[in-house]
Amino acid sequence: MSTTCATEGFPGPSESTGLRLVKGHAAMAPADPRNEELAADLDAAFEGLVRAFQDRLYSFALRLCGNREDAEEVAQDSFVRAYRALKTYPAERIRALSLQAWLYRITLNVARNRWRGKRVRLVSLGNGGSDGEDARRAWDVPDASERPDSRLEREQDRRGLASLVASLPERYRAAIILRYVEGLRLEEVAAILNQPLGTAKSNVHRAVNLLRRAITDSRRAKRS
Amino acid sequence: MKTQSKASDSPTLAIARSLAALPRERAPRSLLPAVLKKVGLADTYWEIETPIGRIFIAHSRQGISMVSRARSAREFERAFERRTGRPIERAKGKPPADLRAVVAGRRKAADAHLRFDLRGLSEFERAVLLKAFEIPRGEVRPYSWIAREIGHAGAVRATGSALAKNPVPVLIPCHRVVRSDGHLGNYSLGGPRNKRTLLEAEGAQPATLEKLAASGVRYFGNEAEKYFCFPTCGGIGSLMRENLVLFGSDREALAAGYRPCAACRPAA
Repeated sequence: MSTTCATEGFPGPSESTGLRLVKGHAAMAPADPRNEELAADLDAAFEGLVRAFQDRLYSFALRLCGNREDAEEVAQDSFVRAYRALKTYPAERIRALSLQAWLYRITLNVARNRWRGKRVRLVSLGNGGSDGEDARRAWDVPDASERPDSRLEREQDRRGLASLVASLPERYRAAIILRYVEGLRLEEVAAILNQPLGTAKSNVHRAVNLLRRAITDSRRAKRS
Repeated sequence: MKTQSKASDSPTLAIARSLAALPRERAPRSLLPAVLKKVGLADTYWEIETPIGRIFIAHSRQGISMVSRARSAREFERAFERRTGRPIERAKGKPPADLRAVVAGRRKAADAHLRFDLRGLSEFERAVLLKAFEIPRGEVRPYSWIAREIGHAGAVRATGSALAKNPVPVLIPCHRVVRSDGHLGNYSLGGPRNKRTLLEAEGAQPATLEKLAASGVRYFGNEAEKYFCFPTCGGIGSLMRENLVLFGSDREALAAGYRPCAACRPAA
């Protein structure tokens, strides 16, 4: 087994465009002391890396997977792969890494590898709750054009929305989560997805359209 | 540029906004320990007998990370995880001979190449602890000595606080730091009684030190060679009684023409 997260079809951190992005636009690379710490003493600094990014990666994995059990395993596995990869990297390479993009990338790859083997389960997006309950919540997603602020912020609406996002086709799901849930710039999204900017942009756009349609459908299903 | 109508724009915006409003979920507490265990970065611990009973010594790849007393291994593990947020497992095998020798006093800690994992402490706290580490077995120093030696002569109280937070007592011998008025002062590992027990076991004679301090003696001088020391300094210990001079303060000793001992450095 490879020690990085590279698997057929999905480039691992060794081919990370997160890295290339930084190299191509050195000015954009944040002067993160964390890179230096990791390069100097990985074992000492790794815990800090996990603490700094665990909420972010777990959240990302949760939006991708749609359930907490898978999300925790994906986040866990991602950090383990990140550590093993960093172990093999020369210090120069660790210094040049765009850590956030690189970690998102690994998480995405780990999640994809899991999906290949099984269907995504859409359970327990909220704090517990059965399948039936979540399905009902999905129906609660309101018409987005109708008083979005007051209605969409409600907890059950969020769960419904999260369920709908998690049921989007994989390529669109990752794009829309990175762009809007994680709030990354399109350039970063493209780098993480290893896609040209135009492709990432159209994937995000398509994802929004699909999501809008899914929201409309769930509303219709609720009414009938 | 795109010229989309307001009508098709606003639902997109609303979706974007509601997606952005999805909360960032907190990672479960079990995530970090699981990761560290899997990559082999979990701390491990040994149990060792000492004059103050059984202690637990945890260490990470960086070095010794925590020393504590506990009624049981389970209690220690819980205390460790609470304090550091890291997982811990019992070490396989016996503690290294070096470590056992240091705890038993058969070997100088400085010679044993002990490494400490002092992550999470401030620069100042680390400096205090590493200075305390230099105090030889059988000797004691006042808090003010540490403060002065690390270049913060005024920070005596902060020095005390840093020592109270010592995560690795016994091995970094904060019990060898006492008050300049002769009181032993507090001890994090089970209170002043344990501090006394440890000092007695090391031959520092805390009772004698207290008596000396009570009668106003703080330093010993060597009349023949005109230098002065802390009473526990190894150099002055072998001094013949007729050459011994007693001082109540460093100023008094300096005024009498005595220079501070180069080994125990009782004055700047």
